[in-house]
Parts: sequence; structure tokens; C-alpha cells
Amino acid sequence: MARQVDALYIYLLLVSGVMTALIFVAVMLLAIKYRRSKGCVAQQIEGSTLLEITWSIIPLFVMMTFFVWGAVIYFQERTPPADATEVYVVAKQWMWKIEHLEGQREINELHVPTGQNIKLIMTSQDVIHSFYVPAFRIKQDVLPGRYTTLWFKATKPGRYHLFCAEYCGTQHSGMGGDIVVMEPQDYAQWMAGGPSAPLQDTGKQLFSSLGCATCHRFDVQGRGPNLLGIYNKPVLLEDGRTVIADENYVRESILNPTAKIVNGFKPVMPTFQGIVSEEQLNALVAYVKSLSQPATGTAGLQNAPAASSGQPQNMQVQ
Amino acid sequence: MVSKAASTAIPANQVPKLNYLNNGHTLKSWLLTTDHKRIAVLYLISVTFFFFLGGFFAMLIRLELLTPQGDLMQADTYNKVFTMHGMIMVFFFLIPVVPAVLGNFLVPLMIGAKDLAFPRINLLSWYLYVVGGLLITHVMLTGGVDTGWTFYTPFSTDYTNTKIVEAGLAVFIAGFSSIFTGLNFIVTIHRMRAPGLTWDRLPLFIWANYATSLIMILGTPVVAITIVLVAVERLFHLGIFDPRLGGDPLLFQHLFWFYSHPAVYIMILPSMGVVSELIACSARKRIFGYKFVALSSVAIAVFGFLVWAHHMFVAGISLYAAMIFSFLSFSVGVPSAVKVFNWTATLYKGSISYATPMLYAFGFIGLFTMGGLTGLMLATIGIDVHVTDTYFVVAHFHYVMVGGVLMGYLGGLHFWWPKMTGRMYPEAWAKLSALLVFVGFNLTFFPQFILGYVGMPRRYWQYPPEFQTLNVLSTAGASILAAGYLLPMIYFVWSLRYGAIVTDPNPWAAAGLEWKTSSPPPTFNFDETPVVTWEAYNYDEIPPWERRAPVAK
Repeated sequence: MARQVDALYIYLLLVSGVMTALIFVAVMLLAIKYRRSKGCVAQQIEGSTLLEITWSIIPLFVMMTFFVWGAVIYFQERTPPADATEVYVVAKQWMWKIEHLEGQREINELHVPTGQNIKLIMTSQDVIHSFYVPAFRIKQDVLPGRYTTLWFKATKPGRYHLFCAEYCGTQHSGMGGDIVVMEPQDYAQWMAGGPSAPLQDTGKQLFSSLGCATCHRFDVQGRGPNLLGIYNKPVLLEDGRTVIADENYVRESILNPTAKIVNGFKPVMPTFQGIVSEEQLNALVAYVKSLSQPATGTAGLQNAPAASSGQPQNMQVQ
Repeated sequence: MVSKAASTAIPANQVPKLNYLNNGHTLKSWLLTTDHKRIAVLYLISVTFFFFLGGFFAMLIRLELLTPQGDLMQADTYNKVFTMHGMIMVFFFLIPVVPAVLGNFLVPLMIGAKDLAFPRINLLSWYLYVVGGLLITHVMLTGGVDTGWTFYTPFSTDYTNTKIVEAGLAVFIAGFSSIFTGLNFIVTIHRMRAPGLTWDRLPLFIWANYATSLIMILGTPVVAITIVLVAVERLFHLGIFDPRLGGDPLLFQHLFWFYSHPAVYIMILPSMGVVSELIACSARKRIFGYKFVALSSVAIAVFGFLVWAHHMFVAGISLYAAMIFSFLSFSVGVPSAVKVFNWTATLYKGSISYATPMLYAFGFIGLFTMGGLTGLMLATIGIDVHVTDTYFVVAHFHYVMVGGVLMGYLGGLHFWWPKMTGRMYPEAWAKLSALLVFVGFNLTFFPQFILGYVGMPRRYWQYPPEFQTLNVLSTAGASILAAGYLLPMIYFVWSLRYGAIVTDPNPWAAAGLEWKTSSPPPTFNFDETPVVTWEAYNYDEIPPWERRAPVAK
């Protein structure tokens, strides 16, 4: 992505350079040629509609090439590939908290392997921050109260600056860190070092301990919708609208359950605003999402609804 | 430039015994005046004060950034310093400077009117400006604000203990000053033009101020109500911008930029008007494509309202919204480019002189072209994602807003200084300062484009050491720039007493109506209401320059 952005940037620099040079040379030449001298009288010229149209249309055309190229890149930047590995990011004044699906947690560092698409699902605990990695040419504001996403694929191992780019208070300039890009085998080793439970297991435990499972049942119809397989599927709402049950919808339904009631259900769910932390929310969202994936062999990733009784876990959610 | 031999040939300036400057010497005669020219002078003094106050903060910022560590001041102090720099420069200098000083002085003179339509409201607008300015100074002295001039929520509403409400009130009050000026200009330009001065004969400075006034009265109320919402949210926690209560922090950004983007055109349009006047007079020509230049001001004002979300490409707006706003942003590029091309074409077959005002006009074209082209880069979304909120943006808007506005303003101030004071500024010093400003400006802000592209975020108190070289260059440039701004301050004041008295009321042999009365003008501008029978910039009908001399000994 960085290479594409740079290519476009070079194109813009070239066009701008040519434009600046043209105007500069024209102004200089005219200014010298028509400098005031004795006996020289200015000739009055009204203007020329043809010229005006020419120098409106040509720049407009050139600008449209900027627009299209820029939009194409932007479209790619905003469309994470389906196979991307998800990582949850919680920003707060003034640190970045990273949670890998496998359970690893980091602060102000994000370890990723080369060659793997990484999708960040980000939210803020307080004010607006912005996740900025200049080396990858990517940036996305991180907002309280919702998820924003960002994706990238690192190609070269190394440490890259992570900056907060949206002013967020006293230590704004200190709210940085590193993206640590590793060869896949080094990454696997690093990953193995962490003693944690996968994020969705934490979510599953919360799902049971917060009492979600009493209404959102998987066996019989409960008072709440069955969440099995709903992720990223259209949901018909009571008012006739249809929404996609994406991360933001799941999140909103936990924090503000009456905002978008599913057709056929009553607005009886209490809000969990202020009860669950951002990290717990992420775990819950990861769990609900896991309910839609085909069962994999990964340890602890049982999707079977019957498992909602939960196994004992040591992991304490902070 | 100055033809000394010819100066005997001109009639001596018929300085009327009574002009607007000596018509009353008491403080009261100034503070209670309703004369647009005196109010312009009051504005001149107050915006100059705020310019140097804002400049002082700029200096502190540049000094702090000399080294990567935060060593000159605390992080909180730095945050307050750049906030004050932004708020003072934007709301108390850039927005009022050209309309309130040059516009106030010149709009009635250029259209052959005795005064603005509502002289008392004009005075009220100055008082509002002063009250707003005093309030922001008070805020600064009693703790300051640390949100940046953009007041982004929810930081400003819930996460800072600084004086948001007071600072907001100051901006709110100054906003009304702006609205009143806009109202006054619109009514005056519609209703008080001299007989024969039809719309297509208006000087381009008037067109530019007209377009500006439209933005002032349509945009400013939006920022006013936005500030009220922030205050209400802060005081009563209604949850308008708070997601925990169902609000949306992005709503603030939409409302804020709905005004604050067009506000950029409030700043730049009047300066563009000034540049048109300067180029026409210096080249002794009618502006090439007069109608297109005039209408491009209106086009910029209209399109300017449709592009606000290009400040929010990474803020969390939808993919397609971003694309639409990117597309619309380019639309502003066309009328801006049209202006630059027409100014360039005006030079063709002209008879160009290079007094200080023209140097500033050239400077304007240079800086505005660079500011404009980097603006196109920012409108290109794929690039914006990388460079938004970095020093690239900082450099871009300084090129447009500061490079553009100050070049136009200083050029205009030199050009109309003999009109305002009856005295000439010292030409050699003025040329030196024009050069210093241009060189210093580029040295200060060009390195910031590079800084931004290599990834230095804005509003950083400390930064990684690899960014230091460029920051040092920038600070060095800022020192030159400071000298370039201090010089005019000194020689303008000097010229009030020692500057050559202009013997010809029209030392530039300029075409505008404002030059058809004495310099300085009498209180009611014209002894007789002029009747206009000619087109704007009728330089073919003005006696050739050899018969004129800008300065008499």
C-alpha cells in the first residue's frame, strides 16, 4: 500500500511541479518582458472566453485523474480482505492497548508477521485518537462509542513508528509506540510465549457470567434473538429497516440495546453501558463473531452452543 | 520607479484642511466614531496587536520544536500555546484582517459612498471584536485552553479542565463582529453604489468582499450555535456529542467544519481581491477576464460550503461520503486556478512597475499556487489518509491562509497607505521586508511539507530525533519571517511622522474611485457624489505614469 500511495504522490508532485514551473516561468517572462519603460503603454485586453474555458477544463480533467486514482487507493485502504487476521485495539489517554484473538495483550506495541493481512478493530475508551503508521501510509481515527477499522499487510521485518495523530490532550505526543514486524516463524515463537486464553473464550465466559446466555439461547427461542450465525448477516428490524450485524451493530446492541430492536422481539434487554469495559466488549464481540465461523480445530474454539455452560478459566478480565 | 523630474508637473495635493484624520483629536472622537475610515484604523491597531500576540505564540512553538525533547515548556503549556496561536490567528487576525481593515476603509470609497450602510453597527462590530479579544486574552492569562483551535469533542466537552466555555464565548462574540461586518458590506454594496457603478463595473476587491460577506453571514451562525452546543454539553451533559448518551462526537466535526472550511475563504477571498487591484494598477491594465475573476469569487464562496468533510476523511465517515467530498473538493480548485491564470495573463502586454505592492502580489501568486496545489494533494483521498493531521497539513494551510492572506494584506496596506495616511512608506525598506517575508515564509513552511510526508504528526510537543533537521530549518526560517513582519511595523509607524507627504492624491495613478478623492479622504469621502461612466480598471484613460510621481520630497 505504501508503494501505491508513493506512486500517486510522485504523480501529484510531478503535475504540481510542472504547474508551478509553468506559472513561475510565465510570470517571470511576462514580468521581465513587459516591465515598465519610457514610452511603453499597456495594451488593454478584455479577456478570452475560449482561454477561460480551456484553463478551466484542462485542470478539471487533470484533477479528475487525481480524484480517481486517490479514490481507488482509498477504496482498497478501507476494504479489509476477508482473510485478514483480526486484532483489537483500545486507545485511551495516552496509550494503545492491543489484544490479539489468541489472547496476547500488548501495550504500545503491536507484533505482526510479514505477509499476513492484519485488520485492526479499534475503539477508544475516552477521547478521539488516531492510529497512524507513517511507514505504511495508513491512518484511522479511533472513536469512543464505536469501532473503526484499518488493515495493512507488512512486508519488511522491522520496527515502525506508531503515532497518535489526533490531538488527545497532555501526552498526545507521547502516545506512540512501535509496530514490530517479524518473520512468520519469529512471530509464531513470540505468539507461543504468551500465557493467555483466546479472546473469544474470555467472551464466552462473559456471555455466561453477565447472564446474556439466559435470553440469547442457542437451543430454544429465548427472549432475545439466537446469535448463532448472525454476524455479518442482514437483520430485519422492528421498524422495517434492515441492518448488517457487523461489529458496530453487535457493540451497539450491548451498550444501547433499544436502539435497533430485531423484528419480533421486545425491548427488554438492559443496557450494559458502564458495566462492561472496552476490553470486555471486544471479547464479547469476538465471541459473537466466532459463533458464525465454521468450527476449527483450534483449541478452545468450540462453537458448539452447548458449550455455553463454559469451562473454568483462569483468565481474569481486566 | 520614481520619476523625479516629473514631480513638478503634477498639481500639489489639495490636502483639504479637514480630513478624516484631523477631524477631531480627542480619544472620544475616535472611540465613538461612526466613520468607516476611523473604524478601519481602530481595527488596524487591534488586529496588529493580535497578530503580534499570535506571532509571539508561534515563536514559542518554533523554539520548543528546535529540539526533539520537550524541554522549553511542559506538555500542557505547549498545548495551550499552540491553541492560543491558532485561536488568535484564526479568529482575531486572519478572519477580520482584510475585510475589517482594508474592506472597512475601502468599500465605501470604492463604490463612491459616504459611509457603510450601518455606521453604528460598524462601530458595534469593532467593539464586539475588542470584547471577544479581551476575553480571549483574559482566558490566556488565567489558565488558557488546551483543545487546539478546533475544540474537538469529546475532549473539549468531557476531558479537559481548561477554560473552554470562556474561550468559546470569546469566539462567539467575535463571530458576531464578523456577521455584522458581512451584513454591512452586503447592504452597502447593494444599495449605495454611486450612480453608474453597475455590478459589472465594480472593482474586483468589492466582488471579493461581497462573496466573503455571504460566507460570513451564512457560515458564522453555524459555528456560533456549535459553540453553544459545546458549552451546553460541558455545563449540563446533555449528551449531544457523547456516545454513552447516544450522541455522536463526529456531529461536532461536521458542524465545526461546515463553518471553518468556508472560513478559509473568508480569509483568502478578500486578499485575492486586493491582489487583483494591485496587479491591475501595477500592470496598468484591466484584469484579464474580469467577469470570470469576479464570478470565481462567488463560485469559491458557493463551492466552499460543499466540501467541509474533506477534513474528516480518516475521522470515521463512510467510504462513499469521503469519495463525494473528495470529488467536490476539487471543484474549488477550478475557480482558484482561474484566478491565478487570469492574473498571469493580465501581465501580458502590460507596463509593469515593481513597487512593493506588486512584489507582494507576486509573492501571493507564488505562495497561493503552492498552497493550492498541495490542497489538491490533500483532496486526493489516498494521499490525505497519510498526510492529514501531520505537518503536511500545517504547511498547506499556512501557505494558503498565512502566505496568501498576509501577502495580500501587506501588499494592500502598502498600496493604500498613502490613501489612509497621506504619507508614503520608505520604498527600499519595504522591498527588503517583502523579500524577507517571502524567503522566511518558504524556509519556515516548506520543510514542514517534507516533515509531514515523512510522518511527523501535528500538535506534537516532542518528536523522534530523525525529524530534528527539518524542524531546525523551519525555526530558522521563522526568525527571518519575524524580521520581515517587524520591519513594516516599524517603518509604517515611522512614516506617520517622517514619511514623505504625498503631493498627488493618487500617487499610483490608479483607476479606482477611492483615488478620486483627496488622500487622506475627507470625513464624508467625496465632496460630490461621483457619477461613474467608465468600466473598472480603465487604465487606458488614466494619464500615463510619466506624469505622475509616487513620492515628493
